[in-house]
Amino acid sequence: MNEPNADATPPLVEISDLVVVRGARPVLAIDHLALADRETLAVVGPNGAGKSTLLLALACLVPLSRGRLSFRGSPVAPRDELAFRRHIGLVLPDPLLLNTSVFANVAAGLRFRGVSSGEVEARVAEWLERLGVGHLRRRPARQISSGEAQRVSLARALVLEPDLLLLDEPFASVDAATRSKLVDDLELLLHETHVACVVVTHDLDEAVRLGDRMAVVVEGRLRQCDVPERVLSAPFDEDVAAFVGAETRLPGRVVSTRAGVAMVDVGGCQIEAVSAIGPGRAVLCCLRPEDVTLWSGVVGGSPAGEVSGPVSGSPGTSATGSLPRVVSSARNQLPGDVSRMVAQGSLVRVTIDCGISLVASITRASAEEMGLGPGGRVLVTFKATAVHLIPLAG
Amino acid sequence: MTTGSLVDQAQQLLQSLVGGDLVEITLLSLAVSGLATALSLLIGLPIGTWLALSRFRSRGLVISVVNTGMALPPVVVGLFVAFTLWRSGPLGDLGLIYTPSAMVIAEVIIATPVILGLTVAALGQLDPRLRLQLMGLGASRWQTVWWLWREARLPLLAALMAGFGSVISEVGAAMMVGGNILHQTRVLTTAIVLDVSRGEFIKAVALGIVLLALAFLVNGVLTWAQQRGPQR
Repeated sequence: MNEPNADATPPLVEISDLVVVRGARPVLAIDHLALADRETLAVVGPNGAGKSTLLLALACLVPLSRGRLSFRGSPVAPRDELAFRRHIGLVLPDPLLLNTSVFANVAAGLRFRGVSSGEVEARVAEWLERLGVGHLRRRPARQISSGEAQRVSLARALVLEPDLLLLDEPFASVDAATRSKLVDDLELLLHETHVACVVVTHDLDEAVRLGDRMAVVVEGRLRQCDVPERVLSAPFDEDVAAFVGAETRLPGRVVSTRAGVAMVDVGGCQIEAVSAIGPGRAVLCCLRPEDVTLWSGVVGGSPAGEVSGPVSGSPGTSATGSLPRVVSSARNQLPGDVSRMVAQGSLVRVTIDCGISLVASITRASAEEMGLGPGGRVLVTFKATAVHLIPLAG
Repeated sequence: MTTGSLVDQAQQLLQSLVGGDLVEITLLSLAVSGLATALSLLIGLPIGTWLALSRFRSRGLVISVVNTGMALPPVVVGLFVAFTLWRSGPLGDLGLIYTPSAMVIAEVIIATPVILGLTVAALGQLDPRLRLQLMGLGASRWQTVWWLWREARLPLLAALMAGFGSVISEVGAAMMVGGNILHQTRVLTTAIVLDVSRGEFIKAVALGIVLLALAFLVNGVLTWAQQRGPQR
């Protein structure tokens, strides 16, 4: 093996050159993924992307068509699989509790390992308490609620005090309120135990909260693996951008660059973006809706001031020259018409037609204050740093 | 039928009971069926478990064959075993024809597909991810199988009951390979057939009641075992 850092501590688990085939179709192909001790990796991606398969591959529970799984630097051979699995704790989307008491469920993994009954008793009691389900220990597992069952399932994995905790959508079967409390508790437990953890989720907020790093899996491939902030602000490709919520994604071409700022022609509009990509390159301009500010009453010459977003700095340089200006540091200012408004909880998702179509997310209160409605005229502003450019082929 | 003849017949029945034939016949029925069911379980449970948990190309075909085997006509099984064990047959030298052993062999052939097929169905009803969950908690292969059996214990005991039921009530093969020889191979079902053919209906009815009671007793014990423990 040609590891660049042969002397350094090997990663806790590492997969390389991995291919999983189902039927004749490859469902997962990962070149390399490593997890360090104490690290939490959040695996995100759309439904059917291969996230769960990745987790099962990490648990040595799917046959690999190719590739290798290593644990603390040594490959896991077929005869080592059981020994390897005794270092992990697995939680699946459904609690899958055994038809026996809550206590016996949590004790199962310890009994598999031949732990003495006195120690089983003590550890199960401790972990049931830590998960807040100590009072259920004598109850038949089939008689508890799904939120409680998921806590028992977590206790069943954590009681093993594993080196690696593998969680596949651990909150999928519970309602939103229970879910939020469970995420809080899990975050605390991960912090307290320092257990290395891979958590699969389709919820971006959970991934950002729980993950030290975030792996985005799309169509069976690991598209990006980085700290959550970077994945959100600088998605690697269009699929990742779409998944992490960059709702505005417009193809364009860099026309010039000056002092680290690229001027991009997008369907006739000029957009400035902080990027090192050189002139002539085809790019995709990605913009998150929460980075877009809307101003009303500015079109027609007399700026009425902004309704949402801060007012600071000097007016930016004009993108098109002759438009009315507002006092904003945002370099990009485009007039447009509201074409669609969709309420999302306390937020409103507004689609604006500026020649190009942009999506903004503003609070419901702001929308009401602005008297915003379909067909209304607004000025759209966003910073050059908010625009992320993804180079495209051609 | 007069009151007098009924009393006579009741007397005859009592005599046959006291005569010890009934006890002997009943015990042989229980022994042959019990042994055959146990052997079928020993064969059917492991193979059924393997069939339920593995994935291979012709698995569907094999399961279809097993399910067809569940409907195997006992008379055909009897014919086949009789032919094989006949003194001039391929295994005639073993001298097994018209012995309880021959009956056990035939009954095993009848009950094994039943237990095997129902085992596949019982384990097939479990969530396929349960196996992954158990292995993900560090269960070895045997620990996993043990817990899967435990989870499927209700339908597995139902499979056992169906297996026992298919042999305790079977008559065609028992007659053909056992020969219904008094004190040797006469069991409840073959005795009933004989008594009916002789017109001794009262005795046949008495044997029938014993057979029903036996079936009820064995299934009662299995049902009790099935239903105890944590409920769903």
